[in-house]
Amino acid sequence: MLQREGATRIPAGCAISGFINRSGRRTNGSVIVNSIACMHERSNGLGGGYAGYGIYPEYKDQYALHVFYDSSEARIKTEAFLDRHFDVVNLSRIPVRKNPRITDEPLIWRYFVNPLPTKLQDSQLDERTFVAKCVIKINDKIDGAYVFSSGKNMGVFKAVGYPEDVGDFYRLEEYDGWAWTVHGRYPTNTPGWWGGAHPFSLLDYTVVHNGEISSYDANRRFIEMFGYKCNLLTDTEVITYIIDYLHRRLGMPLEDVAKVIAAPFWSELESGKFSPEDTEKYRHFRNVFSSLLITGPFSIILGFNNGLMALNDRLKLRSMVAAEKGDTVYISSEECSIRTMCPDVDRIWSPRGGEPIIVTLDKDAQERV
Amino acid sequence: MNPLFEVIRDPDRCIKCRVCERQCANEVHKYDPDLDKMISDSMTCVDCQRCVCLCPTHALKIRPNENQFRPNSNWSHQTMDEIYKQAESGGVLLSAMGNPKEYPVYWDKILLNASQVTNPPIDPLREPMETKTFLGKKSQKISYDANGKAHYEKTPYLELDVPIMFSAMSFGSISKNAHECLARAAEELGTYYNTGEGGLHEDFYKYGKNTICQVASGRFGVFKGYLDTGAAVEIKMGQGAKPGIGGHLPGMKITDEVSKTRMIPKGTDAISPAPHHDIYSIEDLRQLVYSLKEATNWEKPVIVKIAAVHNVAAIASGVARSGADIIAIDGFRGGTGAAPTRIRDNVGIPIELALAAVDSRLRDEGIRDEVSVVVGGSIRSSADVVKAIALGADACYIASAALMALGCHLCRSCNTGKCNWGIATQRPDLVKRLNPEIGYKRLVNLVTAWDHEIKEMMGGMGINSIEALRGNRLMLRGVGLSQKELDILGIQHAGE
Repeated sequence: MLQREGATRIPAGCAISGFINRSGRRTNGSVIVNSIACMHERSNGLGGGYAGYGIYPEYKDQYALHVFYDSSEARIKTEAFLDRHFDVVNLSRIPVRKNPRITDEPLIWRYFVNPLPTKLQDSQLDERTFVAKCVIKINDKIDGAYVFSSGKNMGVFKAVGYPEDVGDFYRLEEYDGWAWTVHGRYPTNTPGWWGGAHPFSLLDYTVVHNGEISSYDANRRFIEMFGYKCNLLTDTEVITYIIDYLHRRLGMPLEDVAKVIAAPFWSELESGKFSPEDTEKYRHFRNVFSSLLITGPFSIILGFNNGLMALNDRLKLRSMVAAEKGDTVYISSEECSIRTMCPDVDRIWSPRGGEPIIVTLDKDAQERV
Repeated sequence: MNPLFEVIRDPDRCIKCRVCERQCANEVHKYDPDLDKMISDSMTCVDCQRCVCLCPTHALKIRPNENQFRPNSNWSHQTMDEIYKQAESGGVLLSAMGNPKEYPVYWDKILLNASQVTNPPIDPLREPMETKTFLGKKSQKISYDANGKAHYEKTPYLELDVPIMFSAMSFGSISKNAHECLARAAEELGTYYNTGEGGLHEDFYKYGKNTICQVASGRFGVFKGYLDTGAAVEIKMGQGAKPGIGGHLPGMKITDEVSKTRMIPKGTDAISPAPHHDIYSIEDLRQLVYSLKEATNWEKPVIVKIAAVHNVAAIASGVARSGADIIAIDGFRGGTGAAPTRIRDNVGIPIELALAAVDSRLRDEGIRDEVSVVVGGSIRSSADVVKAIALGADACYIASAALMALGCHLCRSCNTGKCNWGIATQRPDLVKRLNPEIGYKRLVNLVTAWDHEIKEMMGGMGINSIEALRGNRLMLRGVGLSQKELDILGIQHAGE
């Protein structure tokens, strides 16, 4: 019997693309849809999805939860859970447009919520940890409910289908964001489940990923020690949790996060390429965080509350191109997709394996958005 | 009593050079001048293969004695022989080296993965392939100051260039030359060897940075200078070959040098107690761990070595919470210089199951990075190493395999002290047969070859660093195992 996603591990090849405007200027979602449409051949119609940042300015202080439900019963259970833990400021179905190539859609709901102050206090957790725990709990414990987006002033939109059809289905031309990422999926098995599409997200972290990591089970079994549950058995899920753990929970800057998950080779560390202080630090990382090293091919774009990070595996076993035009930075699996978004870039280059590109909003833009 | 083996000599090939006679400490071969031919007394032959290997004309072979008692599925020949022996001596049967019985070898029922299509295999001849391993507690505490400078806590660790160390074998049970081979090989390989419970010969203090100093229940040769010399201290709580009992070194192996190193009188049996007399529970172990840390200025990791027994997971969890930096688990097939046969053959559990249970338990309790896990007790090849690491080990201990590299043919007679290969003996005429200059290179060769093979297998799986293999059980599949066995190993069956 064919097992559903989450019951078995499904490898996938993919296409990714994304861009960010450092000044916080918001761009219409149709731009990102076009960028992935030209890489149609890299997907096989079994999954596509988007993450947009800065898309909910009217609710920017609330956590926006996007949820898939298999049944009304799952929705009732989840809403009861939400009522116990959150003050729900607004709820509605996410507006969609019928598309002949997007079928079997689950119930898709959106909630803007604030944690209940009393619950939050009782939990002795900081607010983000509290929200993350609630999300993990719903996904793990409530059958037929799946929270696929949970950050502030951002949202994930994903489905089974080609990514350009997914964009049409979710009416992305109605959203404007200062950063967008997208993923087109080429799984080697039929998932048939919307939750398995990418991006994968937790709080405002979203990951789109092209590759198949060979370290998966080593990473999974380690990160699960810290309260994460890898239910989807996908690379993207475990990568997201690793980044959440290192960046949010341990407070490491993204530059150092990249040095953990795509650690410099010993030969590089011995070559004198880094300062003695950095060499010592990276050696320490390779000792202490050795189980979070990710091997095998990957190119990822991480979205977070004020920027994007792109990273290739240290051997660069997957294509990834970056480009710049004014205050906008573009990243994609292929140059053609960048040219779709911006035909006349100032600079275009191929980032080296293991060397992250981190782009954050300018200071004044951070305050503004 | 019947001889166990038959010495077969081809008279057409034998040139009566008498090499076999000179080489056999068991005095099997003799030249008979009256008959002008070599004669053999199979009775004392242990099948160590020394004469066979050195015979210049290949005139000799040793084979199991074909003479058999009347076949009986219940009463095997060996069982009956042992009864005759005990009826005669009234004593406990003694054996050496690992459990030879037909218990399942799980390594041989586990298969490895390789990359095809969706991700690429990595070619170790063309890309970096890393096997460096750190052992010790991992502290994840990290903070950044206003300038973005990282501040982190460093805990004592061992740094291995290959995930393989030489397991504990004491000076006394094995010869000084054998120890020299291990020490020099560890230094050249960038790994560690282990003194075992017999202290450290003063000539080998210079290899201290590649030495693990063991503290066992007998405390032989333990003093401050000894602890200060090594890179780590290992508390031996148990040994896979003989869980629940202490070590036993017969008095005839306690020569002048062994006596001096062990700090015990010459010629007396060195019998270490079954328990440490200051450890009767886990809280006592904690005190010894911290005493040793204090004694070594908190600069050295402390290893606690336990035998794989039924509730090994719970024991390991307790050890992990008692300050140990590294847990070494020794499987029931682990070797020994001498053990009561019944204990060697009937006590303990397979290392594969023990390792899987311990690794899972430590992860379930969220303390896997508090300790490193090293496993031994019959690691026979690089494939066993790869499977052990994928099951969850940080590194492996090898000992029997190392002795084989030095010439051991597993005749399992170490306890007699008459090792013809110069390994498990203290007789000067035998010890000098093991040339440290040659021996250490053979050890280096063995481990280097295994390292190459490990890299090939990792590359095939698309993994280019050993840490991404550790605990990566998706890379393993079982064949011919029951669901219960698969559950304990935490792996799926082939085809799933």
